[in-house]
Amino acid sequence: MTLHQGVGDVAKLDSQEFRRLSGSKRAWLEFRRNRFALVGAAFMVFIAFMAVFAPIVSTHDPYAQSLRKRMKPPTAEHWLGTDEVGRDVYSRLVYGARISLFVGIVGTAAGVICGTIVGLISGFFGGWVDTLVMRVIDIMYSFPGIVLAILLISVLGPSIFNLILVLAIWAVPSLSRIVRGNVLSLKEQDYAEAARALGAGRVRIMFVHLLPNSLAPIIVYATLGVAGAILTTAALGFLGLGVQPPQAEWGNMLSNGRQYLRRAPLLMVFPGALISMTVISINLIGDALRDALDPYIQ
Amino acid sequence: MRKYIVRRLLLAIPTILGAITAVWFAMQLAPGDPALMFVPPDFQGEEAAEYLAKVNELYGFNDPLPQQYLRYMRNTLSGDFGNSLRTLRPVSEDLLRRIPNSLRLGVSAFLLSTAMGIALGVLAAIKRGTWVDSALMVFALVGVSMPNFWFAYVVILFFGLYLRVLPPSGLGGVKHMILPTIVLGYTSAGYLTRYVRSSMLEVINHDYVRTARAKGVPERNVMIKHALRNGLLPVVNVLGINVAFILAGSVIIETVFAWPGVGLYLIDGVVGRDFPVVQGAVMLIATSVVLVNLLTDVMLVYVDPRIRYD
Repeated sequence: MTLHQGVGDVAKLDSQEFRRLSGSKRAWLEFRRNRFALVGAAFMVFIAFMAVFAPIVSTHDPYAQSLRKRMKPPTAEHWLGTDEVGRDVYSRLVYGARISLFVGIVGTAAGVICGTIVGLISGFFGGWVDTLVMRVIDIMYSFPGIVLAILLISVLGPSIFNLILVLAIWAVPSLSRIVRGNVLSLKEQDYAEAARALGAGRVRIMFVHLLPNSLAPIIVYATLGVAGAILTTAALGFLGLGVQPPQAEWGNMLSNGRQYLRRAPLLMVFPGALISMTVISINLIGDALRDALDPYIQ
Repeated sequence: MRKYIVRRLLLAIPTILGAITAVWFAMQLAPGDPALMFVPPDFQGEEAAEYLAKVNELYGFNDPLPQQYLRYMRNTLSGDFGNSLRTLRPVSEDLLRRIPNSLRLGVSAFLLSTAMGIALGVLAAIKRGTWVDSALMVFALVGVSMPNFWFAYVVILFFGLYLRVLPPSGLGGVKHMILPTIVLGYTSAGYLTRYVRSSMLEVINHDYVRTARAKGVPERNVMIKHALRNGLLPVVNVLGINVAFILAGSVIIETVFAWPGVGLYLIDGVVGRDFPVVQGAVMLIATSVVLVNLLTDVMLVYVDPRIRYD
């Protein structure tokens, strides 16, 4: 099986029928053809379910300590064992999913919205506005990956709100660059010209005509952005700059677990594996979306 | 062409100045008094108030902001990043001593990830649609998706504590470099592999590759002489991104492996609430990124004659 092999029912659709479908239906069919992406999507549904129904899905109170049951291996009662103060690792992972998904999605969404608006304005107006925006984005790019987050959190102090703020700022430069590039080519197209000739205002052209036609790359990068945001959240939690203990978060659970690397290596293995699987799933979905939405990328 | 290079050089200067300014702005975001960030965290009560007054005098936090900014820029550009709050040593001296360590790890990780990324990406493109391609893409995906600090602990656990064949952390001989290099190299190679593959696939579909095949050039030569040469051109661009990636990754990896480089220095500074240290390390990293991007852009002009110089 290869990454791009088709599933039967799509293959059965002949090309004429396929062409008559609307864009989103076609994209959905394309997406469904990718089996890896379906596995990723199924896993994300599972994680989202855990996060939403955490009180029901969990087996123990994630904060209940028990000195008699410290660092126990997995048993029938504690599915993934217990941590250094006897808390149930499985239940903590379930509650941790809430934080990771919430922070990752909200932070990325805020960043995507800001980045899109900045990109639209920069690409549409051009001139000195564009030059200024691009210079600022160049400057933001000079703080690679987690370095910008570390700088900001070390000044602002660690809190969930600051974490979301930092993730949003982190998503802005790449989004605005992508949207700007798209707008630069779109605004020269006939329909934008026609809208202008009919007397449409700038705001209308930007949001009614240019934005919907830039949605495909925005969706793709927003998806991949969530994956990056979850990794950054975990890394900050690991460094002690993210969600603070005792609140259960995957990154700080991992950071806790590393102190017991010799005695209870599983404490570190489980959260890390869960972060990896989540990020892999989101990346698979993002890759499939890119293949499905962009007819030019093979 | 020379005009382009000069212009590109001139553009890097405001970017570096902008990055230094951004760090200053970040400092102004501090809730409450930014001067508090320069008071060692173990100072309490009256002692802290006394120190705060000294800090205000020394750094001039009571001066008007524009004046503060100019003094900050003057100091930074002359290489004075202030003193560490904990050791009272000049930050610039600490950084200079740690740069060689970071370079050793960074350069070896860069070589590993570049070699891996290009080799695996080309292989995946040539074997497109086969199980080799799928396996390599999964390998790359896992590399970009795993938290690098977690992967680091997994290899420490396996090679350092379980098999006991390699030292789990610290600075030392070549043996100490193997694990951090592999972790930093692999997690950075993922992106490169994916990029090289798609860049090669784009080239393979071009007419001149089909022409070469049609006129009977052996497949090996088609790949090496026609596809590879052109497919790897855009890769030069990504090498700059790869450096930025490794710089960001090294912050975490140096911390995990207790490798005394600039990254560990930064995290020590953050954890110890030692703001001059954070500031100095961040500025060093940002400046390196700008310079590397400048270098790749200039290199690209020499490698790819199709680049437009406008």
